[in-house]
Amino acid sequence: MSENVDTTQAPLKIGPPRSRLSRLLESRQLGVVALGAACLAPFVTATPYALNVMTTAAIFVMLASGLNIVVGYCGLLDLGYIAFMAVGAYTAGIISKSFELPLIFTIPAVLVMTVLAGLIIGAPTLRLRSDYLAIVTLGFGEITRITANNLSITGGPSGIFGIPGLLKIGGLDVEEPAVLYYVTVLVVAGFVLASARLGKSRLGRAWRFVREDEDAAEAMGIHTYKVKLLAYIFGAIWGGLGGVLFAAHLSAVSPQSFIFLQSALVLMAVVLGGMGNMRGVVIGALVISLLPELLREFASNRYLAFGLLLVIVMVFRPQGFWPARGYERERATLEAGAAAVPTEKRR
Amino acid sequence: MTQLLWDGLFVGSFYALIALGYSMVYGIIKLLNFAHGDVYMLGAFIGFALLSSMGGIPASLSLGALLIVLLVSMLITGTAGVLIERLAYRPLRGAPRLAVLITAVGVSFSLEYGIAAIAGPNPRAYPIRLEGGVFQVLGARVSLPQIVLMLIAAALMVALNFYIQKTSTGRAMRSIALDANASLLMGINVNAVITRTFFIGSALAGAAGVMAGAYYGKIDFLMGFIIGLKAFTAAVIGGIGNIKGAMLGGLVLGFVEAFGSEWFGGEWRDVFAFAVLILFLTLRPTGILGERVTERM
Repeated sequence: MSENVDTTQAPLKIGPPRSRLSRLLESRQLGVVALGAACLAPFVTATPYALNVMTTAAIFVMLASGLNIVVGYCGLLDLGYIAFMAVGAYTAGIISKSFELPLIFTIPAVLVMTVLAGLIIGAPTLRLRSDYLAIVTLGFGEITRITANNLSITGGPSGIFGIPGLLKIGGLDVEEPAVLYYVTVLVVAGFVLASARLGKSRLGRAWRFVREDEDAAEAMGIHTYKVKLLAYIFGAIWGGLGGVLFAAHLSAVSPQSFIFLQSALVLMAVVLGGMGNMRGVVIGALVISLLPELLREFASNRYLAFGLLLVIVMVFRPQGFWPARGYERERATLEAGAAAVPTEKRR
Repeated sequence: MTQLLWDGLFVGSFYALIALGYSMVYGIIKLLNFAHGDVYMLGAFIGFALLSSMGGIPASLSLGALLIVLLVSMLITGTAGVLIERLAYRPLRGAPRLAVLITAVGVSFSLEYGIAAIAGPNPRAYPIRLEGGVFQVLGARVSLPQIVLMLIAAALMVALNFYIQKTSTGRAMRSIALDANASLLMGINVNAVITRTFFIGSALAGAAGVMAGAYYGKIDFLMGFIIGLKAFTAAVIGGIGNIKGAMLGGLVLGFVEAFGSEWFGGEWRDVFAFAVLILFLTLRPTGILGERVTERM
């Protein structure tokens, strides 16, 4: 079986994980354990502040898992990712406020708007070199923020406030911080799982192929433009729904929440965690959003540290701290569990 | 009308100066140097530090002092550009494009927040302001500092054009842009030329930074972000990798912004610039002068 062996590198055997740590980290139960930990966290500390921080972190995980589809799986650099969150949050906020609807009913409109936004940016630029996409998304992020700042329907610089809660059924009001936290955690867990599954699907393999070698992917019959556009649109959907959660959490949306710094932080979560590896991305997102809260003295210079870390990681470990392993086993050996597939080619 | 043209010309010459560095680096090693706008910011802050350390400068000498500070700042930012290339970009030459782009974002972040940590996050007032008579030319208000700064910008661009067209290093740059491996085989020290390119590009951005500080009077650590984006837009409009295109693109963008903010209101100025970028990438990604491949460098 040599069809997917990289001839420029000595094949590296990916057997079962060797060390105890990596066996622990790659066990199937890890996701369940993490979800359990997230559900138990309010029993340890449930001050309003702690719940606020944890809900914010969960939303950040949602964003990172969406950006991971674009950057991690497909290798397209999106520097204005927060704009999709802005589109989602503003759409949800405007509709639910003007029609007095709970936020959950705005989701169809949010989906339409974010997909449209993704198409407007992705369609013209994805045919070009990926550098252009990076800078156009950067410009798009700024356009979105400035537009929200200038229009009257978005409330100008002060934004929209007093947004209704996510849902209210009888006595269960999702606006209650603890309830909102659980709802957020469950929704985010679902989307993280969906994103991880997408990465292993046929489409996910196509994405990784495009990332590794676009010309070869095209030669193999992958419609690279369509595949890239799909990655971009999936990312947009994740971002937009993250925006709905954001609007529900803060019950207010303002342009200051969507500056470039936020896009850069999400990107750092994806890159530092390990591009393409959903577990690493979740951990990266948690570290980036929780570390400044835990280490107050670290908070003042964290951006400098993040910037330097980004350069250092890229120079010494371009695949991220915890990259995805090439764990697609060959069909024949799937049952045996002893796979010998080379790592994915990174360079 | 003439006022708008003049404003566009003035702002455009700043954009052009920064776009040159973008375009040169992109033309030679196909690297999108996100940190370029921050080198401009660095230049403004170095100029600020130099002028502050010189103490009180009599108003009559302010132009001379500014020129000296400009030269010293160009040297320092040029060196900073070389260091950035050596430490962050060279180890990644030949790496996937995504890794290089992310590194550039990291460098940009490090510069911004490094300066914020050193100089403080609040805006600083520049120690000297260029002042001079304002006079009317064909109905436009033109001030002496504007003319001086535009002359400096024009002189730098003419010098750069001469350097690239007539000197042996310039020829080496153009040949590396065409084919880096063949240039290596022809005995060109590719690394040295790339280092020099970074030096020149960063020095020009630093000059623009000092000039912007002296003209607008206020600097802050995020000032390079938007202008970096706009300089890139200018480079794309003119045809990225093309030196004359970068100059032309800067001027075109200056005009577009001047007229756009006149017609649609100043708060849409930045939206306008990026809309032009997206439009150009959709309709003519090679830019105005892009098809002259042999001219590329």
